This record gives sequence, structure tokens and C-alpha cells, in this order.
Amino acid sequence: MISWMGDSIVSPLGFTSEENYQAAKGQRSAVALHSCEGLAEPYHAAIIDKDALARAFEGRCESPKGLTPLEQAAILSIKLAAEGSGICLDSSKTLFVFSSTKGNIELLDAPAGSYEREKLYLWHTAALIARWFGNPNEPIVVSNACVSGACAQIVAMRMIEAGRYETAVVTGADMASRFVVSGFQSLKALAAGQCRPFDVNRSGLNLGEAAATIIYRKHNGSTESSSQISLLAGSIRNDANHISGPSRTAEGAFLALNDILVHAAKEDIAFVCAHGTATPYNDRMETIALRRAGLDGIPTNSLKGCFGHTLGAAGTLESIISVWALREGIALGTCGFEVEDPDCALPVSANNIAANGSYFLKMLSGFGGSNAALLFSKP
Amino acid sequence: MLSIKQYSYISPKHACSLPPKAKIACAEGVDLLNLYRSLGLDYPKFFKMDVLSKLGILAAELLLAGEERGEAEAMEDRSIACFNRSASLDADIAYAKTIQPQDFYPSPSLFVYTLPSIVTGEIAIRHRLRGETSFYVTREWDAEFVVETVRQIFAVGASRSVVAAWLECEEDRFEAFMMLVGDDGDGLKFSTDIANSLITDLRLH
Repeated sequence: MISWMGDSIVSPLGFTSEENYQAAKGQRSAVALHSCEGLAEPYHAAIIDKDALARAFEGRCESPKGLTPLEQAAILSIKLAAEGSGICLDSSKTLFVFSSTKGNIELLDAPAGSYEREKLYLWHTAALIARWFGNPNEPIVVSNACVSGACAQIVAMRMIEAGRYETAVVTGADMASRFVVSGFQSLKALAAGQCRPFDVNRSGLNLGEAAATIIYRKHNGSTESSSQISLLAGSIRNDANHISGPSRTAEGAFLALNDILVHAAKEDIAFVCAHGTATPYNDRMETIALRRAGLDGIPTNSLKGCFGHTLGAAGTLESIISVWALREGIALGTCGFEVEDPDCALPVSANNIAANGSYFLKMLSGFGGSNAALLFSKP
Repeated sequence: MLSIKQYSYISPKHACSLPPKAKIACAEGVDLLNLYRSLGLDYPKFFKMDVLSKLGILAAELLLAGEERGEAEAMEDRSIACFNRSASLDADIAYAKTIQPQDFYPSPSLFVYTLPSIVTGEIAIRHRLRGETSFYVTREWDAEFVVETVRQIFAVGASRSVVAAWLECEEDRFEAFMMLVGDDGDGLKFSTDIANSLITDLRLH
């Protein structure tokens, strides 16, 4: 168990958690039609305005010169998350954990020699970010496909519980580069319009860009924790079935849910924030996992209609939005959802609903057959 | 107490599995395709894989072949933790060549390998492992981090064994060092010093 100390999100819907939460609560979507030179077809995605990002970065940090948009977004999110948390980012007791699927991969499009080759390495990106804050430790980089952002929180929990560090700064960040967009286009995985999680007419996902940071601290078990959110448990499980498609029986997702359920009473779970990518297979697989775990009566949502699929940032971003909702006692509606799919018979709602309960579950699944589940609680 | 029950190593110089196994001979001068053949593998999916996944599959074969296990049964208490420096950069560069404006035809079969964690999935599928799978990227081989990460996986309580591997490839260089770590104390002590001395000896070979 670790305690939640602060958070921040940089996305097309805003550069703070507050702005992003209010946007999600109002069912606003950042998904719009984009085109990109060198791509055969336009695509719907949630893209950050890079000029606005650079201006915000300059306003809060310093000149963004030499930093990629991914690095700017990650640093800005950490800076805002740490403000007011009382955490010393430059302490040797503070660990930085970085979650990304593709890091600065867009540099492959730039002329060779126009950037340092080391910028292509994830450990370099993570070290640059940690160094920016004067942190002396080697950061941990988790690159576990789309479950990375959950794994990064689990690693932070284990390192803190093992007594290695007192505080962890967990940042997820990914950009929808030409590299990634063309790949998802080639897999025929993108929706023709805005994605529709759990809807009978869903046809694919939207990609999204974000950096999202959570700051955790050792749980003190005393009075100071009485108002705090905790990450209670997390599990990662493989389907051992297929590298680019989920298990028909939701084996890994079910096992991950089962692992964390021993830490919570089912009747006290306020809602489940599913991965809900809006691909036909993913949403059906998650439904099967929830049914097998006896959780298919609990309000379930997906945030992909607002933010798109932010890949390595999805785990931290969607945990943050859900924590804000848990504090308010609501389960957010699923933007893009209209008509229930009989194959996804879950309590999914287009609108926000009151949700009583002390816990929520976060689910993620990704290529390579990996699945993750996280359990959060409020006092 | 955690212990290293078996370990395997593959580099262009040599491949081996230790302690020695009856059916697996050590090889000198390694080419991954020849190693596949000399192991007598019949796994057609191998040929579709990128170098990182091929390397992981072969190292796991060296490590786990001959284990006595029920044929159909999946293992829910064995996890996989892999580590490297370059993530999937080789596969990334290969895929990026298929999206050059003058020659645009993005390859889905190359794209799926542009995630380093795919190799953990490939090993999980091949050996029917439903434990935790994770991929970490570090500046260089970091025995202390590997040992700490594996210890923490055991501490959760859901795993009885962990396949832990350094799997690195970039251009024509490749290196796999894979350990089967168990919790029954049988084998070499699982520690930073021992992991470091094993890989140092294997590199010097």
C-alpha cells in the first residue's frame, strides 16, 4: 500500500489534472480529424497543440529549447504534480519511474545527425527528465506495451514497500507520432470517427497524446493518511495466447482481477475503469474477465472517448481521472457510448452516475498478451 | 531462499545452458537460425519474429527444454522479467523503413514487434506461462536492479519461479543471459555478485 500525494495531466484537454478532470466529467472529447504528411489517410486522434505546450512549458519551467514535445509534457506534468505536495524531487529517497511505449520515436523521421542518437533510447529520456529535477538516482523505465502505466505504479509500490525509497514520481508519456499512427492504421485498428467504447457499433480505437504523473509516498498508517487515496494492490498477468489479440476467455485479465480482489470487498467497489479501447475484441474480452470475476454488476466506464488511447500514459492518466471521480463519489460516463452491445453486458452509462464505495479498479491490456489490474481506495 | 536453478547464454561467440543438460550441447560461433536448427525446434512462428523475440525464444528453449511438466497445463506461478538497453530499436528502424514517403507500405507484421515486451509474450505463449510479464529498459546490464526486481516479484507471493533475462540486440550484436530463479533454495544463490560473475565469465568465454 502506498499513499497518493499529487498528480498532474498534460493532454489536449488541458495542462492540469483539474482541467482534464472537468473535461472528462463534462464528456468532452479531444478526438478530432488530423492528417499528417507522409500518411496515406487522415485519422481521428487526440493531439496536443505543440505550440501551446511549448508556451506553457516556458511559462512554468524554462526555455523548451532542445526538448522534444514528449520531454516537455513529461517535465511539465511532474512539475505541476509536485507543487504543493511537499516532496523533494532532488532527494536520494525519491525514485523516478518512467512509462512509455515509444518515447521519442518520432525522431526517426528527422534527418540523421539533427539529433543525438541517444535520444532514441528510453533510458536516456527517463534520465534527462530525472536530471532536470536534480534527482540523483537512476530512473526505472517500464516498457510493457499498453499496460506500462500500471506496471510503473506497481514497481513504485514494490520499491517503496521494500524500503528502497520513500517517494516515487511515476510518469507515463506517449505521443501519436507518424510511426505509431501508421502502425495502427496498418493493423486496421483505428476507428473511422470518434471511438465508441462498449457500444454495439464500436469499430476501433483513437490514439491520444498525454503525459500524466502521480506522486506516491510510503504509507504511514497514521492520521495524516486519513484523507488520502491509496494504491492498495496491483497485478500483471499474461494470457499466453497471442501477441496481438486478447484471449477469448480473458485468461490474463481475469487472473489479474482475481489477484487484487483479495484486498477488497466487492460490494464496496464504486466503479471499474476499464481499458475500453473500443476495438471489438478488447471490450468483449474485458466483459468476459469482469463476468468471470463476478464484477459485471459494478458501474464500468472507459475514458478513451475523451483522451483517445494514450498508450504508455493510459495507466497513469486514467488512474488520476478515476481518483478524482472516486473522491467526488461519481462514476464518470463513457464518452462515445450510446447503444449497449449484448456481448458487452456491463453497467456502462453515457452519463455520470453517483457511485458509492471506497474502491475502484483500473484495468489495462496490451500487445504481448499482458494484462494489469490496480486497486485504489479512499478512506 | 532464492536460487538460480539453470541459466542460458547466447552471443555471436557461443551459446550454452548450465548446468549441462543431456540433450543440449554448447555451440560455438552462433547464428540464430543455425541455433534454432541445432536445437531441433519445430516452431514455425519463429521465422516471423524479430531478432529480439528470436533471441528470447532460443534462450528460453536452452533454459527450459527438458523440464518435466504436464503437456497441456499452463503455469500460473511462473513469471517473466526481461531487461535491455535498446528496447525494440532494431525492429523500430526496420518498421520505419516501410513508411518512407517514396516507398509507403506500412507492415503490420513488422509493427507488432516494435514493442520490447512482445518477447515476453512470445516466451509466455511458447511455454504456457500465465504469471507476470514485464520489460524494463536500463542504460546497461544492471545486476542489482535485476535481482531486486525479481525478489520483489517473489515477495508478492503469486510466483514460485521467475524467468529473468537480459536480452539485447542492436545491429549485428546480440546477447541473451537468462536465469530460471526458484524459491526452493536448490541451485546457485541468487545474488547481485553471482549474477555479475556468471555474465562476466560467459562474456569472456
